[in-house]
Amino acid sequence: MEQQIFHHTYENGITLVAQPMPWLESAAFSISVPAGCRYDARSQLGIANFVCEMVQRGCGSLNSREFIEALESLGVDYSSSASLYNTNFGGAMQAAQLHDALKIYADVLRRPALPEDQLEDGRLVCFQEIAALGDDLAQRALQKLRTNFYGSVDGRNCEGTLETVQSLTLDDIKSFYDRHYRPNGLIIACAGKLNFESLQSHVGELFQDWQPKPEPEESNAPSTHGVEHIEYESEQTHIAIAYPGVPYSHEDYYLNRGAIGVLSGGMSSRLFTEVREKRGLCYTVFASCHTLKDKGAVLCYSGTTNERAQETLDVIIAELQKLAHGIKDDELRRLKVQIRSGMVMQQESCRGRAGSIAGDWFHLDRVRTLDEVNQKINELTVESINEYLAANPPQSFDIVTLGPQPLEFEANGISATQA
Amino acid sequence: MEYRQHRLDNGLNILAECNPQAYTSAFGFFVRTGARDETSEISGVSHFLEHMVFKGTPNRSAAQVNLELDEMGSSSNARTGEESTIYHAAVLPEFQGQVVELLSDIMRPSLRVDDFETEKQVIIEEIKMYDDQPPYGGYERMMLEFFGNHPLGQSVLGTVESVSGLTPDSMMSYFKERYSPSNICFAGAGKIDFDQLVEDLDKHCGEWTPSSPERSTQPADYQQGFVSMHKPNSHQQYILQMAAGPSSEQETRFAAAVMNSIIGDDSGSRLYWEFLDSGLAESAGMGGYDYQGSGATMSFICCSPEQAQENLERLTRLQQTIRSEGFTQKELDLAKRKIASHIVLASERTNSRMFSIGSQWLSEESFKTVAEIAAIYESVTLDQIHEALASFPLDQNMTVTVGPCENLVTPH
Repeated sequence: MEQQIFHHTYENGITLVAQPMPWLESAAFSISVPAGCRYDARSQLGIANFVCEMVQRGCGSLNSREFIEALESLGVDYSSSASLYNTNFGGAMQAAQLHDALKIYADVLRRPALPEDQLEDGRLVCFQEIAALGDDLAQRALQKLRTNFYGSVDGRNCEGTLETVQSLTLDDIKSFYDRHYRPNGLIIACAGKLNFESLQSHVGELFQDWQPKPEPEESNAPSTHGVEHIEYESEQTHIAIAYPGVPYSHEDYYLNRGAIGVLSGGMSSRLFTEVREKRGLCYTVFASCHTLKDKGAVLCYSGTTNERAQETLDVIIAELQKLAHGIKDDELRRLKVQIRSGMVMQQESCRGRAGSIAGDWFHLDRVRTLDEVNQKINELTVESINEYLAANPPQSFDIVTLGPQPLEFEANGISATQA
Repeated sequence: MEYRQHRLDNGLNILAECNPQAYTSAFGFFVRTGARDETSEISGVSHFLEHMVFKGTPNRSAAQVNLELDEMGSSSNARTGEESTIYHAAVLPEFQGQVVELLSDIMRPSLRVDDFETEKQVIIEEIKMYDDQPPYGGYERMMLEFFGNHPLGQSVLGTVESVSGLTPDSMMSYFKERYSPSNICFAGAGKIDFDQLVEDLDKHCGEWTPSSPERSTQPADYQQGFVSMHKPNSHQQYILQMAAGPSSEQETRFAAAVMNSIIGDDSGSRLYWEFLDSGLAESAGMGGYDYQGSGATMSFICCSPEQAQENLERLTRLQQTIRSEGFTQKELDLAKRKIASHIVLASERTNSRMFSIGSQWLSEESFKTVAEIAAIYESVTLDQIHEALASFPLDQNMTVTVGPCENLVTPH
């Protein structure tokens, strides 16, 4: 399967990156605007998310309803969300509509109406998103864990709080939009049945006269390491564990990714086997690599009935600690096939590819081609992964549990006091 | 693209959409059995059996099954519903022979006692997991209330009590009756060598003994009413509402699906503008559930407890407006446009083609190509959706609400 990646950076700093997938009839885009919630002022938490909502309530010559109807008449399956670094707008559709869809999004990004009469409806939508988190116990545990591990800027959730969202005014919205919706640092990724030359000229016409704006200041906040319990009357105890990993851009990324694949990459992986298959302790258990631009983490989760939660925690911690002693040949062999197979399957989805090349460009300023990833995976050896694990053993666990009772940590060599 | 089918002597159906251009292949066994085929003594057995299928055969241990699925780099899973149990795996085409052999083998499970008892704990964890997740058993309660004594009201997961009482013997007799080759279809999509597939399946499954599984498809007597489940520590209020809908045999189901999109799609629909754009609800939607002999349409709203009573009333008013004024041509055109686009996007994934083929067999034993399905939706007229609306009135419904509210009442 041949894979070609094209890219062009316009003078104002917008990067267009695209992968033609001529075997498809569809196309997708993924736009990353450098207006994520890490730029929310402390008193305005939730504003990036609110602005993301507001720019889609009328733009260019379209009012709020006409905007949705325009997308629907093109058959665009669209989505949007604010994340830590970026606010993302995506869509997938029949290939012939790609240019027209991008034209609508040029209005969203450059000419939003930000109408006063939509402000309160938009605010209510943001309130709903905050409320939704309340009933998602697994996410609550994981979200608190990320905040503790990365600190209150890098580990924040974009929804903000009821108080901060309540306080935001239309002027706040306009001022955040004016500062952060900008061409420099903006990534437009497209994949599917497309012609790059004509796409490049179309995107140029839509965006190249947009003037760059100054880069915003970056802020940061310290982590709160240790163990935390959130008391809640639930059927299961939700256990979330984090320890330091490496970011996607790091040269050791695939070594860590390989090790975590052995831990949690399939039905024969260690966590699934030890926690679920052998002991029947849970339905869900996983570990995954989480990446920010400059740092990474390994995040683990399991949900299990309260009386079996202690054993579940003990078995997971034991498996994490055991990982330091290395992985085996057959584990790596299975993992390589899985990764290769996963990459091929991704080629069936233009939406998946658009998202993935946008992510690559954001983290690396380039796209790793399939060949390159394949080569990196082939180069992985048991020795190289074990060397990495010996030098970087899973340790310094931060843990959040949510359930009726706290768990015991001393036996696992973890201090229960917060650092 | 070539559509092929074959029937083994023992009745096993083989259907495939062979696409030499595809990069992957997807396969699945579709068994026509689920919660509706259970008695109350063995409630949850279909789903528990689905788990046990991965726990080994006379030829393989549970660990070996997992190892081999991973060795092929397969993306595999299984699911159990009210009337079907599906086992599926997507692989690179070079693994066709291997994955077909493995899937065929696990379809004759050993049900070993040790594995049975361990997996029972996993099932109980799964039940507890859903107890912590919205709408906290509201869906199961809805099915029970709406379908009344009809078998479609039976829970897929079962209860901790019913699952605890299951034995390998009771599961084995259920298995022998339901997993007859005549009650199973093997569906494939993607890059497939069909002749080889038939030869392999004949070798691996040709000896399966047929039985005579039966299913009552008597239409349900749909119930109306209002049920409140109190869940004090829930943050949001969840409102479910079910009305009659077309069954999986009825041609009206296509018009009804377009109508569901107009009323309840997650974007641009009547419910979207009423509840989501306005921020009156966190989520709102409507969708069809078609079964053999019976069908339902379910609306769903999740909102703050304070907003719940007003939203119930708004939902009722919206249904009244729809009944008196009907839909517009513009709404129909937009919905059809959206559906056409979804069909194209879904058709590009071999996994989703495999599901489409297998699911069609489950409900009607026929096959429609992507182009044929697209053409049916394209042909739906305004008159047809108005007929569907008249046949399946939304205001004759069962409502189940779950959350902190204690005093919600039926709107007038």
